Amino acid sequence: MIDNPRFANRSELIGILVLAVLLVVILPLCLDVFRLNLVAKYLTYAFVALGLVICWGYGGILSLGQGVFFGLGGYCMAMFLKLEASSPENTKIQSTPGIPDFMDWNQITQLPFFWKPFHSLSFTIAAVILVPAFFAFIIGAAMFKRRVGGTYFAIITQAVAAILTILIVGQQGYTGGINGMTDLRTLKGWDIRPDHAKVVLYFFEVACLFGCIFIAQFIRHSKLGRILVAMREKEDRVRFSGYSVANFKIFAFCIAAIFAAIGGAMFALNVGFMSPSFVGIVPSIEMVIYTAVGGRLSILGAIYGTLLVNFAKTSLSESFPELWLFGLGGLFIAVVLAFPNGLAGIWGDYIQPQLNRLMPSGKSGSGPKAGWHDSSVADGAPAE
Amino acid sequence: MSDDTKQGLQSAFRRKLLMGIAAIPALTVLPRPSFAQAPATSAINTTGLAVTDTEVTVGILHSATGTMAISETGSIEAEKLAIEQINAAGGILGRKIKFIQEDGASDWPTFAEKAKKLLVNDKVAAIMGCWTSASRKAVLPVVEQYNGMLYYPTFYEGLEQSKNVIYTGQEATQQILAGLNWIAKEKGAKSFFFVGSDYIWPRTSNKIARKHVENVLKGKVVGEEYYPLGNTQFNSVINKIKLTKPDVIFTDVVGGSNVAFYKQLKAAGIDLSKQPLLTISVTEDEIDGIGGENIAGAYACMKYFQSLDNPNNKAFVPAFKKMWGEKTVIGDVTQAAYLGPWLWKLTVEKAGSFDVDKIAAASPGVEFKGAPEGYVRIHENHHLWSKTRVGRAKLDGQFELIYETADLVEPDPFPKGYQ
Amino acid sequence: MFGEYSIGDLGSIFVMQGFAGLILFSVYVLMALGLAIIFGQMGVINMAHGEFMILGAYVTWMTSNFFQTYLPNLFSGYFFLAMILAFIASGALGMLVEWGLIRHLYRRPLDTLLATWGLSLILQQAYRSIFGAREVGVELPQWMLGSMHVTDNIEVPINGVFVMGLTVLITVAVAYIMYKSRWGRQVRAVVQNRVMAGAVGINTEKVDRYTFALGCGIAGVAGSAFTMIGSTGPTSGQLYIVDTFLVVVFGGAASLLGTIASAFSISQTQSTLEFFMSGSMAKVLTLLAVVGILMLRPQGLFALKVRK
Repeated sequence: MIDNPRFANRSELIGILVLAVLLVVILPLCLDVFRLNLVAKYLTYAFVALGLVICWGYGGILSLGQGVFFGLGGYCMAMFLKLEASSPENTKIQSTPGIPDFMDWNQITQLPFFWKPFHSLSFTIAAVILVPAFFAFIIGAAMFKRRVGGTYFAIITQAVAAILTILIVGQQGYTGGINGMTDLRTLKGWDIRPDHAKVVLYFFEVACLFGCIFIAQFIRHSKLGRILVAMREKEDRVRFSGYSVANFKIFAFCIAAIFAAIGGAMFALNVGFMSPSFVGIVPSIEMVIYTAVGGRLSILGAIYGTLLVNFAKTSLSESFPELWLFGLGGLFIAVVLAFPNGLAGIWGDYIQPQLNRLMPSGKSGSGPKAGWHDSSVADGAPAE
Repeated sequence: MSDDTKQGLQSAFRRKLLMGIAAIPALTVLPRPSFAQAPATSAINTTGLAVTDTEVTVGILHSATGTMAISETGSIEAEKLAIEQINAAGGILGRKIKFIQEDGASDWPTFAEKAKKLLVNDKVAAIMGCWTSASRKAVLPVVEQYNGMLYYPTFYEGLEQSKNVIYTGQEATQQILAGLNWIAKEKGAKSFFFVGSDYIWPRTSNKIARKHVENVLKGKVVGEEYYPLGNTQFNSVINKIKLTKPDVIFTDVVGGSNVAFYKQLKAAGIDLSKQPLLTISVTEDEIDGIGGENIAGAYACMKYFQSLDNPNNKAFVPAFKKMWGEKTVIGDVTQAAYLGPWLWKLTVEKAGSFDVDKIAAASPGVEFKGAPEGYVRIHENHHLWSKTRVGRAKLDGQFELIYETADLVEPDPFPKGYQ
Repeated sequence: MFGEYSIGDLGSIFVMQGFAGLILFSVYVLMALGLAIIFGQMGVINMAHGEFMILGAYVTWMTSNFFQTYLPNLFSGYFFLAMILAFIASGALGMLVEWGLIRHLYRRPLDTLLATWGLSLILQQAYRSIFGAREVGVELPQWMLGSMHVTDNIEVPINGVFVMGLTVLITVAVAYIMYKSRWGRQVRAVVQNRVMAGAVGINTEKVDRYTFALGCGIAGVAGSAFTMIGSTGPTSGQLYIVDTFLVVVFGGAASLLGTIASAFSISQTQSTLEFFMSGSMAKVLTLLAVVGILMLRPQGLFALKVRK
């Protein structure tokens, strides 16, 4: 395509701007702190959904174990916060003051070695990004170098999620077990629990989210992004053209893992705890559905999808808990059967053409397929 | 769903209430509780809770969906029954209880989110809820931060105490020690084999049990095994039990694993009428799924059995069945959940206020003489004084009471010498 | 660890432990067979497999209630009828699902994962609405309980023997259908080259539908049999799915032999490890070993080369 800016074309820029206005201005003005904090929680999943757009939508690699990376990031952050909350003064009543409460309950009398570096915030931030990336690299390298993909890969990531959950629950002296790490209080002495802190954290999270959106946009418009799409469509041809397919896949998988981990760290900060219930199979698959609803090919769609599904979950499960499960199940089926491109597909197929007719953009390239979504998944047409 | 049954009652109640309101100017702060007169809302609710002149709102927070719905359904039912009975008896300080039910969906963060919603948006005066320790641990910082009041029904591992929580179930020592003493004395048991699900409650309970067996009973623990939650294959551990031939099998396996464990134990030819087994995780609710024929003969250590023979329980069981169906069974936790609304009502009346601080301060010493388990009293540490009972499972899925402690057992969430 | 026990005790425990491993093996085969057939045939992973199993369990429960109320004399034999009914119920539901859902997604195998996951959520909630949130207890006839007494230490669980027998029976039946019958030839033809099979006059759509129904039906029988050893509740199906998937993937697609070999190796590893360490650690080590081997040999133990 001729119209190939390095970062974003016009309609994409508008889309990002609209999202920015929504998240930075409209939502904080309209919602009370409680609801805003809920939005912050939803947005932590948006990081995961964003990563899935890169690795599933573009790379064609479906991971059903993104909860693993969300959890790793979250646990790294939670370990730092827990250590700070377990100062000797706060834990006077324990038999060993100065260590997290769950260690004390499990007769551990000194801090395990792998906990010690988490006294440092800079180490923690590095760990949030590097630990999941390392894991993703190991898994990716082993699988993609041997040309494993598709359903196999999905099932194996799922097994990894199951293993990590059992491990975390089983090693409760070191991890807090099934309770997770609760009662996280301060960040470098700054209380993260009161309302004003929640607002600050919300804006910080939105800023990080836009950082990730920019990275995703950049990847999408770079040569790398186009190779990923080419790989998804005809892996063999890309390989015959001399590209190392495995390396590109590993890269996409690692990026998705890092995004998920940032989301997990944000979760620990915003919600104030971390538990193995985010690591398992069920949350991992739910995170995939956020992406699918938003549109697996659309970076912004993934974020809207996450927000929408979670809003629906909260409001529906408040009034009709039973209906919600039917609804969620139906959503999975409907998205797959009828709207494989999710909201972004609906937008691109029905709404944007109308908009374009109303406000001619003056550019020759803005046909129905030049919007901020790619071509559909179902018809299998080349996307670029 | 429970509202439409009370229409007639409500109008009679309103009349009373109007009379009460008419008398308000004369009363400022009530020195003693009273059903007939309703004190002014401003006097009994200084912190902006959801209390009106006719109603007070509480929250019910359990899992209606997900894997824990199996266990938590009974608690929801018991709490609704208690609320309905309290309303039928005139409510609290002249106010009818209205409840908002939220679904924790067996997901701990959801519990925290919903607890926050109940406290911040709905301003509920109290929350009856949580079941697993994990959900309580998730909710605890929320109720402490927003100063709510949580009535928690499940027997649990202890090691916790909060101004904002009343624990209506037993903590670990209350549940375990008397039962171990009894079985050691009765069966001359010296060697024990522990089997549990792998999470904090079984691990802590077994830790306490081990210390007690080794230090107090001078016995021996010949095996301690944990399986992941939801495990369905127990043949290996059953073989180990056969090899070590313990005097007593002590179990705290939970959930669906429970069913698998007892079915396979029976199939392996271990006859529970000859091989003593003491469980702290099987109530009448669980037997429903396990099947009476698979567990008959096992001993359970609880504070309540549906078959208890006392006047309170004789009124409670039919009332429960009338509301929820003839086939429902009532387990230990269900009964403890039933205590929650009643204890709250009694405490509010003692404090003469819905304010959480006053309730927390007034709680110690509150006694509930109408408890189906007999009699309970709130301890300084916000747990309940209650008896420990041992029952033997029968074929029909009920327990036969074998032993109960003579006195109420003191709750001790931070037991010295057991940590 | 074993110093304090006599040789005789140890010997019989090892026999028993071997037997426990065999039971676990049968359970795994029974769980995985239905899924393996579907996966091998269509490349579809049916995430609702566990829920099809639980449907079979609920059918068994209803049959047992029916017999207890109306035909108490025949109660001792109800289980056989229940298994047949479970097969029919799960198979029929499977056929419906294939028709309404799966056949639209053959070109997108990854999407079937999501769609069948959605189906499993719907089924779980449906069970909860229909049968209640609590577990139900399936009453078994007396002869199926307890154990056969061999020596003081060796007691053979009857339900274990029953599951083993059932597994053998079903495996043989499936092998016969797949490798000897006319329909089996058609199935294998479609697996090897769908277009070509269609060109020679095989109705591939019909083959797909019946294969899916067969897989689901076997899941229903497995669920029915597992009422003897496990729980029956709305979410019980979830207890089995991870193990089931691993067995199938580890065995390699499209290979009955692979599924059996993988079930055997996983069950023996787990059962042996369980004897020497805590069940949780045994589970983790087994899963790690499986994933580790899959990293080295991602196509599974036995892989069939097919033309795509």
